[in-house]
Amino acid sequence: MQPLTAMNWLPRPQDFRQALKSAAAAASAIERMDGLVALAQHRLDLVETIQLDNALRALATDPTAVLPRVRVALLSSATIDHLLPGIRVAGLRRRLLLETYKGSFGQYRQELLDRHSTLHAFRPDLILLSLSAGELIGAVTPAASVTEAEQALSNGVSGLRELWRQGREGSGATIMQQTFLDTSEPLFGSFDQQLPGSPARLLPRLNASVADAAAEDGVLLLDVARCSTRDGLDRWFDITRWLQGKIEIAPQAASMYGELLCRVIAAQRGLSKKCLVLDLDNTLWGGVIGDLGLEGIVLGQGSAAGEAHLALQRYAKSLSDRGIILAVCSKNESAIVEAAFREHPEMVLKRSDIAAFAVNWTDKAENLRSIATTLNIGLDSLVFVDDNPAERARIREALPMVAVPELPDDPANYVRCIAEAGYFEAVAFTDEDRQRAGQYSANNEREALRSSFQSMDDFLRGLQMSLVFGPITPIDLARATQLINKTNQFNTTTRRLTADEVAALASSPQNITLQFRLLDRFGDNGLVSVMLLRPDRQDPQLLDMVNWVMSCRVFGRQLEDEAMNIAVEAARAQGAVALRAEFIPTQKNGVISGLFPSLGFTPADAEPGTVGSRWILPLHQYVHRPTFINRGATT
Amino acid sequence: MNEQEILSTFTRLLCDLLGDDSIVLTMNSTRADVPAWDSFQYVTFIAAIEMQLGVKFRVADVESFATVGDIVRQTEKLLRQ
Repeated sequence: MQPLTAMNWLPRPQDFRQALKSAAAAASAIERMDGLVALAQHRLDLVETIQLDNALRALATDPTAVLPRVRVALLSSATIDHLLPGIRVAGLRRRLLLETYKGSFGQYRQELLDRHSTLHAFRPDLILLSLSAGELIGAVTPAASVTEAEQALSNGVSGLRELWRQGREGSGATIMQQTFLDTSEPLFGSFDQQLPGSPARLLPRLNASVADAAAEDGVLLLDVARCSTRDGLDRWFDITRWLQGKIEIAPQAASMYGELLCRVIAAQRGLSKKCLVLDLDNTLWGGVIGDLGLEGIVLGQGSAAGEAHLALQRYAKSLSDRGIILAVCSKNESAIVEAAFREHPEMVLKRSDIAAFAVNWTDKAENLRSIATTLNIGLDSLVFVDDNPAERARIREALPMVAVPELPDDPANYVRCIAEAGYFEAVAFTDEDRQRAGQYSANNEREALRSSFQSMDDFLRGLQMSLVFGPITPIDLARATQLINKTNQFNTTTRRLTADEVAALASSPQNITLQFRLLDRFGDNGLVSVMLLRPDRQDPQLLDMVNWVMSCRVFGRQLEDEAMNIAVEAARAQGAVALRAEFIPTQKNGVISGLFPSLGFTPADAEPGTVGSRWILPLHQYVHRPTFINRGATT
Repeated sequence: MNEQEILSTFTRLLCDLLGDDSIVLTMNSTRADVPAWDSFQYVTFIAAIEMQLGVKFRVADVESFATVGDIVRQTEKLLRQ
């Protein structure tokens, strides 16, 4: 099995040098950037990564080559210059332009504490702390008593929390902490584990304490220690490089380090993948069901290969349980496949686990498009798993935004490949995630209901919808933040906010924050919409809509009308006279480009220097919008 | 690989690394002969050789290489072992 640092789920480029040349030669900056993004989807060696990064940096200054920018500051007790190209290329892989700041060697404390430091002047969105364990617990000797070791551990963690606080207050950035590598050698041997002051014993405890503290403080974690355990320390730490230049993360691990970092950055921004699309023959089971029949396929106990395919099904099921949508895309006869899902005793995945089912003889690219449409998510939210290299190549060619892992030959390694590609990275696990699988199958039932009704009104009435709503409370905070950051379609401004920022907005009494939970006869759709209103600085009777997001699951259910009714009532109750909203168009929110005029807003002067349009709604002009949604309890 | 092949591999590698196709390395070249070849790029260059050719230099080697020829000869020796 290959190490993580080899990044084998990515395909090798056909001809890197040529591809880089043609990307650079494209006519417009946008096409040049697209060419570089395409190259970043490949497995590149150290020098290729640096070459791609050089091309990227040359293009990044071009204002027409727009990608969303993220400002990342790296602070370390070791040398990290060599990590920057891999980090920026991993950003490019996700269509993010990372602007990086590298702290001076070993100066991280001073830079965090000094509010006038170049670090704070850089105005980072994210500060990553990559420290050697010695910085925190270096003074502990093997002779230390239990009390001394505990004290050092607790001092180390509280010192770190103070640094996090300084970083956050100094620049408002999100803080990310890298876990600590254990580079120590055995001193006594196995007994080290029982010796209070030995690194072998302290390191795992340090990492566990830091993880707990990070969870409490809203700090993100970058778990490099786990990768080093998985690959073996030598893949991540090279003693020669350490002696040569105080390099702690080995150059050969630099690309993977960047990948790990950007997975978390992307997860925080709602850019992780959302749906796993599975091929069937030789993927979900062994053999071709059309040839072998239901009884002939290799699946489940009794055969090693059958166990391997079963393991993939189990993994898919566990992804579904944590909120990842499952879909099937296969060239097959639908009837026999349906029968397999229904009748094969070894199938772990049931038909009801599959939210979108494309089993036919149509081109798979076409099918993936229709899966994305059915689920109302972007093609760039899909991961397509297929054992057939020709199908994979076809999808990469036709739909470059779909992630297609380079599946290993041996089905035994399928799960590992998909898991380690990190497509579904998340920074929180909400109740919403837990219920998502059920919500999608309930959605299928809603669709069935829709097609059984003649008119839209009959359908909406038949849903028996009820709406629970109220201000955002600490209980809703995690889900509300996730919704704000993951929603791309119904998102009026695409302003991403951290949990702290949402909490700050919610805690101020002159603001109106609203969260909406929609229930119907098929179940609870969960917290599906958030609206944030804040008084204008000069005119407190004018409320500005900071953002309004809504899950695509409840589009076409009149929720936008009822939410606006509620917002207007709340605004009037507070003595406001008008609402002002902004619409900032993106590639994905075109679906609501006509939202504000449809709700009775009229055009207002745009804010100077912004790309969006502004809209105003005098409250005395607002006409209550009738809907089929009943008001449930307010929370 | 013979010394000549290793030298041309190194030349290609350094051109790619520094983004400069005009670099010509000889056995007598030193870092001072290539303007952009600073100590950071030297570490990267050594790491890239190790990864690309599957060799591992000793810690004393990486300090004592004076010329490109020294690196070539040591690489050739390691590849032969």
